[in-house]
Amino acid sequence: MSGFIFAAEAAEASALSFPLIPALIALPLIGALVVGLIPTARDGIHQQLAVLFSGAAGAISVWALVEFDKTDAGFQFVSQQDWVADLGIQWLAGIDGITLFLVVLTGLLFPLTMVAVNPGHDHKPYFIWLLILQSGCFGVFVALDLFMFFVFFEIVLVPMYFLIGKWGHGNAKYAANKFFLFTMAGSALMLVSIVTLVSLQARESGNAATFSVVDIAENLAIGQGTARWLFLGFALAFAVKVPIFPLHTWLPDAHTEAPTAGSVILAGVMLKLGTYGFLRFGLYLFPEASNYFAPVFLTLGVIGIVYGAVVATMQKDLKRLVAYSSVAHLGFIVLGTFSLNSQGIQGGLAQMINHGISTGALFLLVGWLYERRHTRQIAELGGIQKAAPVFAGVFTLVMLSSIGLPGLNGFVGEFLVLLGAFTAHRWWAVVATVGVILAALYLLWAYQRVFHGPTEGDNADTPDLSVWEGVVIAPLLVGIVFLGLYPKPMLERMEPAIDRLVEHVEAGVGGDFTEPVPTVGESGTFSELVETTHAEHEEHGSHSDEHGDEDHSDEEDHGDEEGGE
Amino acid sequence: MEHLLWVIPAFPLVGFLTLMVAGRRMGEPMAGWFATSMVGGAFAATAAVFFGLLGRDTGERVYEFTLFEWLPSGEFSVSFGFLGDPLSIAMALFITGISTLIHLYAIGYMHGDPNFSKFFLYLNMFVFSMLMLVMGDNMLLTFLGWEGVGACSYFLISFWFGDEANASAGKKAFVTNRVGDFGFMLAMFLVFFTVGSLNYSDMFLSVMSPDGIAESTATAIVVLLFVGAAGKSAQFPLYLWLPDAMAGPTPVSALIHAATMVTSGVYLLTRMNPVIAESANWAPDMIAWIGLFTALFAATIAVAQNDIKKVLAYSTVSQLGFMFVAVGSGLYVAAIFHMITHAFFKALLFLGAGSVIHGMDDDQDMRHYGALSKAMPITAATFIVGWLAISGVPPFSGFWSKDEVLLAAYENNFVLWLLLLLAAIMTAFYMSRLVFMTFFGEARWSDGHDAEAVDGEIAAAEDADDDATVEAAAEAPSREYHPHESPWQMWVPLVALAGLAAVGGVLNLPFSHDTKLLEKWLEPILFGNEVHITASTGTKWLLAIFAIVGGVVGIGLAAAAYLRKRIDTKAIEAPILAQGWMYDKAVTDFMGGPGRRMFDAATWFDANIIDGAVKGTARITTTVGSRLRLAQTGLVRTYALGVVVGTVILVTYFVARMSF
Repeated sequence: MSGFIFAAEAAEASALSFPLIPALIALPLIGALVVGLIPTARDGIHQQLAVLFSGAAGAISVWALVEFDKTDAGFQFVSQQDWVADLGIQWLAGIDGITLFLVVLTGLLFPLTMVAVNPGHDHKPYFIWLLILQSGCFGVFVALDLFMFFVFFEIVLVPMYFLIGKWGHGNAKYAANKFFLFTMAGSALMLVSIVTLVSLQARESGNAATFSVVDIAENLAIGQGTARWLFLGFALAFAVKVPIFPLHTWLPDAHTEAPTAGSVILAGVMLKLGTYGFLRFGLYLFPEASNYFAPVFLTLGVIGIVYGAVVATMQKDLKRLVAYSSVAHLGFIVLGTFSLNSQGIQGGLAQMINHGISTGALFLLVGWLYERRHTRQIAELGGIQKAAPVFAGVFTLVMLSSIGLPGLNGFVGEFLVLLGAFTAHRWWAVVATVGVILAALYLLWAYQRVFHGPTEGDNADTPDLSVWEGVVIAPLLVGIVFLGLYPKPMLERMEPAIDRLVEHVEAGVGGDFTEPVPTVGESGTFSELVETTHAEHEEHGSHSDEHGDEDHSDEEDHGDEEGGE
Repeated sequence: MEHLLWVIPAFPLVGFLTLMVAGRRMGEPMAGWFATSMVGGAFAATAAVFFGLLGRDTGERVYEFTLFEWLPSGEFSVSFGFLGDPLSIAMALFITGISTLIHLYAIGYMHGDPNFSKFFLYLNMFVFSMLMLVMGDNMLLTFLGWEGVGACSYFLISFWFGDEANASAGKKAFVTNRVGDFGFMLAMFLVFFTVGSLNYSDMFLSVMSPDGIAESTATAIVVLLFVGAAGKSAQFPLYLWLPDAMAGPTPVSALIHAATMVTSGVYLLTRMNPVIAESANWAPDMIAWIGLFTALFAATIAVAQNDIKKVLAYSTVSQLGFMFVAVGSGLYVAAIFHMITHAFFKALLFLGAGSVIHGMDDDQDMRHYGALSKAMPITAATFIVGWLAISGVPPFSGFWSKDEVLLAAYENNFVLWLLLLLAAIMTAFYMSRLVFMTFFGEARWSDGHDAEAVDGEIAAAEDADDDATVEAAAEAPSREYHPHESPWQMWVPLVALAGLAAVGGVLNLPFSHDTKLLEKWLEPILFGNEVHITASTGTKWLLAIFAIVGGVVGIGLAAAAYLRKRIDTKAIEAPILAQGWMYDKAVTDFMGGPGRRMFDAATWFDANIIDGAVKGTARITTTVGSRLRLAQTGLVRTYALGVVVGTVILVTYFVARMSF
């Protein structure tokens, strides 16, 4: 039953003897420790050390990407160690196609933000918190044990709380409290669900208690009604984290008041904890309940798409506008996830990565703009493009990616989500597609007000993008273009795991559910098509045009037109 | 030779990338020459592919080339695959050809602009996107080009972004196009849902197979695609962005907003002819009637415009309507034929207008023109060719193609033909008005008025201005204006396009099957869906005579009104027409009024109701909490630390108990 994980273990054993996952989680923690031991007075060194350790973890995540076996649907690099054997708690971690790119994103985005933004004060604790945060995010994505997952899921709150509260702007304390309380409230129910699930599962199945997601999901023994309740417990925690409408109001505050690095990490990585949670602990653990509640989440996803875009349009603060755009973008992920077919889920997953890159880059740019102009009020900005053309060009590229222009990364996820959603639930997709129009509206309008128009006052002195800033943001721009033009390497690594998940859902729901798939018609090349139809027309002469003529003419007299042929 | 297919888009792509890296260093005019040569190279490659295909048998004139798989996901897979077939090559030929000429023209026109190299960067990128659009072998790649040209259009309309109006026009174009894209995207979803693929070949195979697809599905696909086409090709009710798009530099108006990009919708529907053939009859009829309405509606507006570019913009909207009439009537060849001749003469007219604007110190108001034929002989002569072509005077190209479209309309429905003929008469009228006001009559540019950019909308101010005009006519030319002929980079393209506009008709002369070159060329990709004309030769001659008489009547009326002054022009240039039947204003008012209030309401709802509920909960908690204050510190930070400490203790506990 849990045979696949053993197969995966075997594969892992042959491929790699290096403890990859423990290294991922440990490196940033060691880094935090080292930074902590350096005296506060030596300012610059904290940043360098933090970047070093964080970057080393990033390098390992890239190594995982290279070593990853793209044909394997199971977990790779599995790291397993008994922890509390009596309770069935273990250290169990692994990476599959669903988490691979989330891990890589975590690995790369952290060192990048550490390089990109100077906190201004209190360097030492700042970098310590960031390193702990990175470790925690890795932990959430790789954990396959419910207890371990919960620990990491909670740990990440703390560094982010301090990052927002201490290094944030404006009403930072309020925003940090709101963020913390909101997510804690969600998590509380999840903890109850976890404990209930494990004990019920042990009782119903008669086996020893286990916290292993794989073991529980592959042999789910609890009743349908109970599973639905437990699903809701998990779902609420994730819904807050995503966030799903109407639980989203912590997000604009947290994003806006957070320091730039906080916003980048929050949008780039931490929002994905919730959407990832839905895949692994929603769909995988409770397939029947996921299908049962899918209409609710599809509807909330669509509301998020339209509502987030509408509210974003009217924002006066540029950073807040980008924050609300996240509500819309994450609505797409929710929509794709609950389409319960491979295009939808794959699109949602691609959207998680792409939103991390694009919105991360947007927050970085907005942060840099704030450093230059000391304001984020759209009304106080204007005509920046004239003063800083390169900056404006970079912003344009990132903006177009966020709008979902084909050829750039944002389109890939959005399109697949809508395609999957249309196949499964047509009318939801139709409404969601309206979001595509709105995305252009709010971003272009903001761009127009900030970058176009006459250049007056202080705006005229806005410095252009520095070479260093260009170097820092370049990896994100490369990602935007590369994943837009050639997402295949990413998609094909995700696919086996997603197909497996969809099969699992199908099996879990039982007879009345099959993955919504389109009809597949005939296929062939255009040359053959033209050749055969042309040959047919030659044969039948002028009287074979059953397609074109039916609505236009009854007469069969085609006169001299056909004569020459 | 057809193996050079991949080279066609490669040229402008290389141009774009090079200009991005080194454009600023190349500077003026090197960047311009470089970009021009890249597009010229693409034209040469297209010609090579064309001759390669021409050498094959009619049924084998397709060359396919797949670069790599783009988007694989489950059953879904789409590649960067290019299609070199009669339709795409016909499109690519005139796109690259006209683009080369316009690039050359722009070297002269953009002289001295601080962002000279950036302009050519966008132009090269546009040509690349446009080629993706016509050469893609699947709907998604066409969509990539579709959005790409939209983005380039946005960049170029707002090229002089310092002016708020230009920036707004760019945004308006993009957002309005997105409304159309909504239809295009839904059409793609529906196609994928129905046939499991977005490749044209798979789609058509499924559609044409005996069991085929349901009529209702085909109809829905056609209607959705038409929504997309109406956005890009500026059909009613989505045409609004095109007149505003004239804010861009004139070469952009000529290339993107007249000759190439705006014809994408016509291309798309022609490409989709097998699906249209399977749809319910009302779908193509709807396309034809909306096309007709747009043709008439825009023509009435063009009659009353005073901004030379606005006249041409509404004229483009109107002419695109003609093409949709042809598509809706099932005469795809006529649509493509008119698209090509229109590209010739409309690009010529725009470039000519640009030359005039250039010579008149950037004044676009025709009320300040007059008698410019002496000052700008080449511009005037070439412009007149374009004028005769668009007015449908034989033997110029427009006559032949418009005649085909009118024939298509006649085959479809008599009323359709009659009203379209009316639109053709109005076309001859407003174009003649433009030519007479600009190149003939008395010079009205003598008075030293302040060179305010007079917008087409300011019809109310007309009376006052007319008096000034009359007075001005008597005076000698002032020193304010120095109308002059443009540099050679500008007039050489004019002459070349004038040649094409004059003889473009030979592409598809109606005399016998052998002279219908375009029809024979396009036949394989129409899969027999082209409607066959049933009208007798006599009827055709009669229709042609009607068309010629109509054109002459239009020109004659304009001459009476604007040269001989026998008709009061105030009656013609009604304010309601000048303001485009108030449609634009109505939409703008709605967006700025109720639309905006709805958005504001949602924002208020978010801040006060949803977040209000959160804050209310917090307040209740605080109140309760304050009663329990003695036991609590009330600082979340302490709690947060508590969580850390707790976790650490827990982890330590468990680690200690770990059984190794």
